Amino acid sequence: MALCFFIGGSGMTKMPLIEIKNITKEFDGEVILKGIDLTIHQNEFVTLLGPSGCGKTTLLRIIGGFEAPTSGQIDFNGKDLLKIPSYHREINTVFQKYALFPHLNVFDNIAFGLKMKKVPENELMEKVNKMLKMVKLADYAKRPIDSLSGGQQQRIAIARALVNRPKVLLLDEPLGALDLKLRQEMQYELKEIQRELGITFIFVTHDQEEALTMSDTIVVLHEGLIQQIGSPVDTYNEPRNRFVANFIGESNIIRGKMLKDRRVEFENHIFDCVDRGFAKDEDVDIVIRPEDLQIVSKEDGAFNGVVDTVIFKGVHYEIIVMVEDREYVIHSTQQVDVGAEIGMKVAPSDIHVMEIGV
Amino acid sequence: MHESTKRFSYPYIVWISIIIVIPMILIFFYSVIESSNNQMAFRFTLENYQTVLEPLYLRVLWHSFIIAFSSTVICLIIGYPVAWIISRFSVKKQSTLLILFIMPMWINMLLRTYAWITILERNGVLNSFLALFNLGPLDLMYTDFAVILGMVYNFLPFMILPIYTAILKVDQSLIDAARDLGASDKKVFTRVMLPLTIPGIITGITMVFLPAMSTFVIPQLLGGGQYMMIGNLIERQFLLTGNWYLGSAFSMILMVFILISIWIMKKFDSDDVTQKGKGVFPK
Repeated sequence: MALCFFIGGSGMTKMPLIEIKNITKEFDGEVILKGIDLTIHQNEFVTLLGPSGCGKTTLLRIIGGFEAPTSGQIDFNGKDLLKIPSYHREINTVFQKYALFPHLNVFDNIAFGLKMKKVPENELMEKVNKMLKMVKLADYAKRPIDSLSGGQQQRIAIARALVNRPKVLLLDEPLGALDLKLRQEMQYELKEIQRELGITFIFVTHDQEEALTMSDTIVVLHEGLIQQIGSPVDTYNEPRNRFVANFIGESNIIRGKMLKDRRVEFENHIFDCVDRGFAKDEDVDIVIRPEDLQIVSKEDGAFNGVVDTVIFKGVHYEIIVMVEDREYVIHSTQQVDVGAEIGMKVAPSDIHVMEIGV
Repeated sequence: MHESTKRFSYPYIVWISIIIVIPMILIFFYSVIESSNNQMAFRFTLENYQTVLEPLYLRVLWHSFIIAFSSTVICLIIGYPVAWIISRFSVKKQSTLLILFIMPMWINMLLRTYAWITILERNGVLNSFLALFNLGPLDLMYTDFAVILGMVYNFLPFMILPIYTAILKVDQSLIDAARDLGASDKKVFTRVMLPLTIPGIITGITMVFLPAMSTFVIPQLLGGGQYMMIGNLIERQFLLTGNWYLGSAFSMILMVFILISIWIMKKFDSDDVTQKGKGVFPK
């Protein structure tokens, strides 16, 4: 009872579990990580998000113990993690291509970690069978690995890691090889598993939708540096710079001028906004999400443009509007004709002002 | 296979029948006939095989097996770690190292084996060296040791190469996964690396054991004239005694012996597959 309470409560109190301090990594003179500082809490679902080559997998491999950082420190539960060899860390990994042992069947794959720990036979049977049930593959215990589909192999890989009851589960783009439908299903299942077991997940992906769907915290990485740390909602709504705005979701990024607090000028129009703390007349980047631009009549628009293309996307139309030589992308359920001149409006809270950066 | 591409294999089939199948049939034929003065007249007999089964010759067969077996085991013990070490280097260094191991094979086998005589003989390089420390001389030539040494030296690359290839095929992520799941270096080797490289080991064993079993050059040079392995026996029947019939019977026995060895190997290999799941082992 007391234990349950503790696990239930710790999510709210946010106990730091992993503290990454100024981690750098060089490979043959090439700097992959340029000083990463990151605190990961218990029961947190953290996603390392970034394009390929941003260093996210390297960071994960350092936490897993497959690679040593060039410099820096990682504390795990108050202990120096880097001094613990990978096979003694209370961390398990789901690898990119699953890395299931081809010479072992489903059961023996899942049992591998327990066998290494010399868990008694009956306890081992019980734990493995429970895991098989959890990933809904109870009937597959004796099947060889290569007779399973990608989605099933994926689940085996998760079961093989989770059966060891790690404190942290590392997932290296585990859904990359699955088709869209299965990927969405697995996203949901992973989130369920994480909630149920109360294990910290560190998830690496380049897929922003995956990150937004599953994470408690998104860490956006680019060129070996953390660009932004925040909840999915914050990261989406308040991107800190051009890179984050572009990488997460689609956005219109416009150059403008901050006249004073809550007042910004772009497209020759002065808009009310919610941002403040910039210098007077500072040049800024303004982010407007495609779904936040409203189409109105020419007379009502804050600024006008000519419809260039209209693409039907199912739920909405993707409309590209030219304002002089600048392109605006609008997602709207409203249908407009190509070549029509329309007005555009945007609510103050949908204007996100950023410093000019990357 | 498509009919039109199948046609390209015909010359090969013809070639194989001429250089392999027909000689084999001839050898079998020779092994079951009796010598006579008249070349055209012959009589079927099993006498040649009766001779082969005499204790004297059975001992030679057994001795050949022991020598070939020891050489194979030593090649495996040396070859596996060497293959493993090579595979740990960067790709560029790997090819350099491989060439180093293969280079001796560019030199004629006879010459290479002769070289060992100058090293091992009573007044040879090794004994001269030992004499500097007032040691020796050692009588190394014309012993089992010399023959096994010669075989290991000559056949080691055939053990290293297939194992090296098998090791390269093992995905690094499997090693990471084993380590991640709590396997120490030793366990990573016994539970993952070794089972996954068994096909390479089997190939290596086959490629060393077969020539070791049938060679006659190495025992002749390093084992001296009196030293008998089954290969020498066959050579002697054909070239010295001129008894092709008995020589053929010996060849047939050797062939059966080798076929049985291959069959055992294959069985060992496929057993492993059915036990642990399948599809690991490339056929």
